[in-house]
Amino acid sequence: MSGALKLLSTQTASNSASVEFTSGIDSTYDEYVFYMVDIHAETLTADIDFQCSTNGGSSYGINIVSSISMAYHQENDGGAALSYQTGFDEANTTNFQLLMYYLDNAADTASVGELHLFRPSSTDRVKHFYSTTNVHVAGPRIDNNYIAGYFNNLSAINAIKFQPSSGNFYGNIYMFGVK
Amino acid sequence: MSDWKLLNTSTPSGASSVSFTDLTGYKIFKFVGIDLFPSTAGQELKFQVNASGGSGFNETMTTTFFDADNLESGSGGTLQYEANDDQAQGTAYQKLTRATGGDADATCAGELFLFNPASTTYVKHFYSRFNEYFSSSPRTLDNFVAGYINTTTAITEIDFKFNTGTITGVIKQYGLVAS
Repeated sequence: MSGALKLLSTQTASNSASVEFTSGIDSTYDEYVFYMVDIHAETLTADIDFQCSTNGGSSYGINIVSSISMAYHQENDGGAALSYQTGFDEANTTNFQLLMYYLDNAADTASVGELHLFRPSSTDRVKHFYSTTNVHVAGPRIDNNYIAGYFNNLSAINAIKFQPSSGNFYGNIYMFGVK
Repeated sequence: MSDWKLLNTSTPSGASSVSFTDLTGYKIFKFVGIDLFPSTAGQELKFQVNASGGSGFNETMTTTFFDADNLESGSGGTLQYEANDDQAQGTAYQKLTRATGGDADATCAGELFLFNPASTTYVKHFYSRFNEYFSSSPRTLDNFVAGYINTTTAITEIDFKFNTGTITGVIKQYGLVAS
């Protein structure tokens, strides 16, 4: 069935500094989807970021060009808006790309989302991605983020890493291939 | 089997609301609404949830709401945050659309994702995208709603309805990642 998902791998962060998928990203699938469930940061105001690798995870730092739009609303109704976030996009840099901004670390707070990565095995095109994330932000408030971009590199991507900007984190990340 | 699994299909025809009462067994649920038609013009499609042991569909939410619209006439064409349609720790049914219906062919359709409702540790996140035909001033409205249900009690039921009148159409419930 076209568009069907196949669960390829599950990574569980449990007070972990990072989570990596270093196998299963190849030419088998044209699209990969990563669902992130109950991501909880140990450190207050840590971000959750990601990057990809072309050498199986030995190093991460591919040039990224990206955009990020965000809707937010504070629990106390003190503010709500939709805006482009110039501070979190990337302009052909090798930084880790922000997925979730400024997480609360209260015991009941968690964040979720999905990241789509297209044809990572391509060696003649850039590699596109987009994500939707829901973040329980310190404040507290809800952030609803839409991030998109491309890896500006013609080498095949074969690994991906998720990590907090500081401290450790918890949660499950599921990697699917799209048939 | 790891793809989205179709769990239930509801085909309301002039029903006051549509409830799904089994939110167990999966980490992520998706509700797909197709050709949802209100009996009264200009209605908001809404949803709420009930927590285990709760008193009904009245759980506390903090949410965001933004939309893009364009009139059939070609005027309009805006992207905006809707400050009157979000909630800050509110217990009302959360709007998913703003003014569906009016003409016989005026409906809405879209998806709502709900993450790990069985969790007894974390708040429960959701995000949705519903498109509607706003027929009193004919236009498309592309509505993006997101938020968290601010409870650590398991969510056991979800209910969809229009603001007034009845609902006709199809709502399908899917599950992803067996838990």
